[in-house]
Amino acid sequence: MKALSPSEIETVRRIVAEMRERPGPLIEVLHGIQNDLGFIPPAAVAVIADALNLSRAEVHGVITFYHYFRSAPPGRHTVEICRAESCQAMGAEALLEHAERRLGVGLDETTADRAISLRPVYCLGNCACSPAVMIDGELYGRVTPERLDELIDDRKAAK
Amino acid sequence: MSVTVFVPRDSGALSLGAESVALAVAREARSRGADVRVVRNGSRGLYWLEPLVEVDTGRGRVAYGPVGARDVPGLFDAGFLQGGAHPASLGPTEDIPYLKSQQRVTFARVGVIDPVSVADYVAHGGFRGLGRALVASPESIVQAVTDSGLRGRGGAAFPTGLKWKTVLDQPSDQKYVTCNADEGDSGTFSDRMLMEGDPLMLIEGMTIAGLAVGATQGYIYLRAEYPHAHRVLSQAIEAAYRAGYLGASVHGSGKRFDLEVRLGAGAYICGEETSMLESLEGRRGEVRVRPPLPAIKGLFGRPTIVNNVISLATVPVIAEKGAEYYRNLGLGKSRGTLPLQLGGNIKRGGLVERAFGLSLRELLYDYGGGSASGRPLRAVQVGGPLGAYIPASEFDTVVDYEALSGIGALLGHGGIVAFDDTVDMARMARYAMEFCAVESCGKCTPCRIGSTRGVEIVDRILKGIDPGANISLLEELCETMVQGSLCGLGGMAPFPVQSALKHFPEDFRRTRQ
Repeated sequence: MKALSPSEIETVRRIVAEMRERPGPLIEVLHGIQNDLGFIPPAAVAVIADALNLSRAEVHGVITFYHYFRSAPPGRHTVEICRAESCQAMGAEALLEHAERRLGVGLDETTADRAISLRPVYCLGNCACSPAVMIDGELYGRVTPERLDELIDDRKAAK
Repeated sequence: MSVTVFVPRDSGALSLGAESVALAVAREARSRGADVRVVRNGSRGLYWLEPLVEVDTGRGRVAYGPVGARDVPGLFDAGFLQGGAHPASLGPTEDIPYLKSQQRVTFARVGVIDPVSVADYVAHGGFRGLGRALVASPESIVQAVTDSGLRGRGGAAFPTGLKWKTVLDQPSDQKYVTCNADEGDSGTFSDRMLMEGDPLMLIEGMTIAGLAVGATQGYIYLRAEYPHAHRVLSQAIEAAYRAGYLGASVHGSGKRFDLEVRLGAGAYICGEETSMLESLEGRRGEVRVRPPLPAIKGLFGRPTIVNNVISLATVPVIAEKGAEYYRNLGLGKSRGTLPLQLGGNIKRGGLVERAFGLSLRELLYDYGGGSASGRPLRAVQVGGPLGAYIPASEFDTVVDYEALSGIGALLGHGGIVAFDDTVDMARMARYAMEFCAVESCGKCTPCRIGSTRGVEIVDRILKGIDPGANISLLEELCETMVQGSLCGLGGMAPFPVQSALKHFPEDFRRTRQ
C-alpha cells in the first residue's frame, strides 16, 4: 500500500476535521476526499478510522459498498455509460461495445495513457433522451457512437 | 424594456446543448444591442423539443424548439423576441397539445419559474401552503394529508398521512423528516425534474412535514448521479435560508426547521427506506429488519418521516388548497395526480402529469407518439427495474395502483419504458438478474446468491442448454427470491423475469448464434 504524501495527509486531516462533528459523517468525509484527490487512497483508511473512532473494517466496508467511491486514481476523464433499461431500449449495449472497442478497455478500466476511465452507470435520469452518457459530471443525451467519439476527442484535445 | 428569454437548466435540456444555447442568446443579444434577460428555468418535460426556448412576449410565453446554438442568430433575425415566426416556432407554450391536456398540480411551476428565486416562487403562489400550516395545529395538517388520499409516490404507495400520524404520535426529543431523492429506477426522472425545476416546493413540503410531526431537522438524500440537481437544490436551500423560510424561525413563526442535502454514492438499494437511513448515518446501505418502522425508530433511532420527493412536493398544494381539492382528482383508491414519465424507445418522451385514469395506450400513442424507431412497440416496463414487462396486448390497462396490480404489474414511481419489437426479452430477463446481483446489499441470501444463480440460468437458456429444465429452475428460483428476500430488491427483481417468461415465452426458446 502506497503511503500518503504530506499533501494528501493534510487534505484528509482537513476534511475529517471539517466534517467530524456532523451526524453520521463518514460518507460526507469520503465524498470530500474523493472530490479533492479524485479517489480514496487505501492508506487514508487508517487516518479516517482513527479520527472518526471507527474500525478500519468499517471504513473499508463503506468504501467498497458504494459503486461511486474509488480506491485507485481514475483517468483524467471519466466516461460513464448508462446501462439501464431505458437506454438499452435505445441501443446502449451497442454504444458500450463501441466505447470498449474504441478505447481498448473494458468497464471499470482506464486506458493505458491514463486519459479515460470507462464506467457503467445505472440510470442518469435522462430516460426521455436515451441513450445517456455522463463525462466528468456533464450529462449528454441521445448519444450515438459518432457523437461519443466526438465528445471523447474533445476532452482529449482539451487535456 | 427588457425581454425575458427562458433557456432551461434542467439536466435533460443541458444534455442536448441548452448551456451553449443560453450563451448564444446572451452573446447575440449583446452584439445586437437587444435588452434581453435570460432566465434559466426547469424543463416543461417535452424532451423531444429540448432545448426548448421560450420568450415572454408580454402576451404570454411562446416556445421554440428544439433550438441549437447555431439557430440563435436566425431566431433573432426572425424577431423571436416579439414572438416572430421561425421553423422552430411552437406557438404559445401552454397551447402545445402535450402540455395543454395535462393537469399540472405538483409540476405547476416546473419549467415556468426561475427555480432558485424565492421572489419568483412566491409570485407564482409559493409558500401559501406553509403560511396556512404555520397557523394550523399539527393534528390538522396530518389530517388534511390523510384526507387528501395522497399515497407515497416513491413506489410503495403507502398512505402518506398514516405515516405522518405515526411519527406525530411518538414522543421524542428529536424527530426527522427525510426525503428519499435516490431516484434510481430506470425510466424515472420526475424527482430530478422537480428538484431542478421547482426545488422550493420540495423545501416547502418538507418544512410543512416538520411542522406537522414536530421535526426540526430535514435531510434530502440525493443520488450522486444527479450533480445538476445537487447544485440547484443547494442554491435553493441557501436562498430559502436567506429569505427566512428555513432556520431558527421559519417565516418569523419562532418554529425551527433546518434542511440539508446528503449525497448518496451510487447504490440503488439506498432507495429502500431503511437502507437510505443506514446510508444517511454514514454506513453501508444494508437493509434493516422491520419492525421497528422508521416512523417509530428511524434516523439515529428517532421517529422519522421517509417520503419521496413527489409526495413531499405535493404537500404544499394540499396544505394550500385543501384535502378535498386533491382528493377530487383521480379515481378509486388512486387519488390526485400522478407525474408519469415516458422514456426508452418512444418518439415523444417526457413528463405527463394527469389525474389517474389514463390507459397505457393513451400514454404511449397519444402522448408518446409510438416508438422512436418507427417500429411496433412490443413491451413496456412500468415501475423501474423491479417492475413487470407488459405486452402490447395489455396496453388498454389503466395506469393506476389497482389496475396494474390486477395484471401482476406495479406502478412504482411512475416510469414507463418502451421497447420496440427488436427487444430480446430473455436478455432483458438476464439483465434484471444481473442488475440485482450488482446492486444487492448482500444481507439476505435469496437476493445475494439467487440473483447470481439467476444470471447463470438465463445464460444457459440463451445458449439453448436444456431450456425446458432451466426455465423450470428459473421459475423456482424466482419464487424463492420473491418469498424469501428481506426487501423489495430481491423480492421484486424476479417480477420482470416472471413477466418476460409469461408473456414472451418464445424468446426463451429461440436459437441464437
